[in-house]
Amino acid sequence: MTFQVMLQQLMNGFSKTLLIFVLTLVLSMPLGLLVCFGRMSRFAPLKGLIKDGTPRFWKTVCGFRPVSLLFRFFISILRGTPLMLQLLVVCFGPYYLFHTKLAPSWTFTALILGFVINYAAYFAEIYRSGIESTPVGQYEAAEVLGYTKSQTFVKIILPQMFKRVLPSVTNEVITLVKDTSMAFVLAYAEMFTIAKQISAAKTTFMPLFVAGLFYFIFNGVVDYVMGRIEKRMRYYN
Amino acid sequence: MNILDLKNVQKIFDGSLEVLKDISLSVDKGEVVAIIGPSGSGKSTLLRCATLLTEMSSGELSYLGEKAAWTDQQTGKAVYADKKQLKKIRSYFGLVFQNFNLFPHYSVLKNLTDAPVHVLGIDKDTAEKTATELLEKMGLSDKADAYPCQLSGGQQQRVAIARALAMNPQILFFDEPTSALDPELTGEILKVIRQLAEAKMTMVIVTHEMAFARDVADRVIFMDGGVIVEQGDPKDVIGNPQEERTKQFLARFSKQ
Ligand SMILES: Nc1ncnc2c1ncn2[C@@H]1O[C@H](COP(=O)(O)OP(=O)(O)OP(=O)(O)O)[C@@H](O)[C@H]1O
Ligand SMILES: [Mg+2]
Repeated sequence: MTFQVMLQQLMNGFSKTLLIFVLTLVLSMPLGLLVCFGRMSRFAPLKGLIKDGTPRFWKTVCGFRPVSLLFRFFISILRGTPLMLQLLVVCFGPYYLFHTKLAPSWTFTALILGFVINYAAYFAEIYRSGIESTPVGQYEAAEVLGYTKSQTFVKIILPQMFKRVLPSVTNEVITLVKDTSMAFVLAYAEMFTIAKQISAAKTTFMPLFVAGLFYFIFNGVVDYVMGRIEKRMRYYN
Repeated sequence: MNILDLKNVQKIFDGSLEVLKDISLSVDKGEVVAIIGPSGSGKSTLLRCATLLTEMSSGELSYLGEKAAWTDQQTGKAVYADKKQLKKIRSYFGLVFQNFNLFPHYSVLKNLTDAPVHVLGIDKDTAEKTATELLEKMGLSDKADAYPCQLSGGQQQRVAIARALAMNPQILFFDEPTSALDPELTGEILKVIRQLAEAKMTMVIVTHEMAFARDVADRVIFMDGGVIVEQGDPKDVIGNPQEERTKQFLARFSKQ
């Protein structure tokens, strides 16, 4: 195999790496916002039972927030277990649980699903930290001016949140570039999987080295783009 | 008619901390009221109750005779009007914060026009015209396109005052509008408030600037421990206080 052929195959793999990357970002960033809303839900069905004289213990019990708790639980699982394991569970879980026959195209769907769910959990926590660090004065100023709750959130809180979390989001995006290589556990033919295959077949380290170079350059581009976005947001503090 | 009526306002935090004890206060149209008092006496809490940022425990609150809240006879607790009524009532007042709370991601002009357009439904051109006039009055004509972070504290506070005025309120509340400012910037804010007083703007101002309160206010209220201890003509309350607590507070002040 010539170097050129190898490069050609890696390039083919890279286009799939790129596809995983883009799909994951495009889907997980908005989903993360929804998850964040769930995590921050103040829905507390037993709140009405709390009276002035209720002891502290029962106040805590009656104040429990089922939606928030549920999201918290899922987020902690998604952040506390290996992504690789999650990909395997999403891909093969349906077969082991329900003995459903899985179409070959399922692998890709499962892959994207696994990535999106995992990254949504991370983004949700990043968004939450951004929302919760908004000075309370912003809410109060908006309230006195007569903005509705949703206007306040969309016009005042959200734009400031996005700016504040941008450095954390950049981190996450850079991690995602490298995490796409985990698709190899499902034998999905993105760049890393192909590099490993060639490497094993031809007993050469070259394809892995080239793949590493690709990731590195890709991340350089990501870094540059995110830097530009951060710069464009720098018109206010 | 009174612009603001507060009757028997009581505020208890966390079930036991009584911060406001049976406070009643009415403000007439065009009147300038200064509230003074030691730290923790409940001045901010009173303003927050009046501006619907904090719920009273009991008491009555109305603007222009329209009720925002009243005490339920059975439970003895404050009941608030419905959302629609409260939205209307919010349009009657404005509040200027100690630390400005401008929207940092909006330009100065947008800080002044966004709420008029999206809350009051005023068309954009009219809102911008009003905003430009207000900025001119505040001496900030050249700052329309600047962002709050590019302004000095004094300039930010003037923008905050303009933002409140852009909503064309019937009454304006100030909570220590100069406390976050360097002494040399305090003057420019006090000057603006003085001009508003001359233009007969109805105002309630919590302040530690005694000389300013004496010169500008029609009435001074001294609060301590959640009650109004003494109130009246500024020259009497500040120049010749009757109550022991007022004397002590003012003595401490003149010593500083
Ligand atoms: N959200 C709250 N929860 C519990 N206690 C509070 C809360 N807000 C204020 N208090 C208490 O209420 C009392 C009055 O506070 P307030 O801020 O109204 O005083 P103030 O007169 O404005 O004082 P300062 O001159 O320092 O601004 C204080 O003892 C304060 O600790
Ligand atoms: Mg205060």
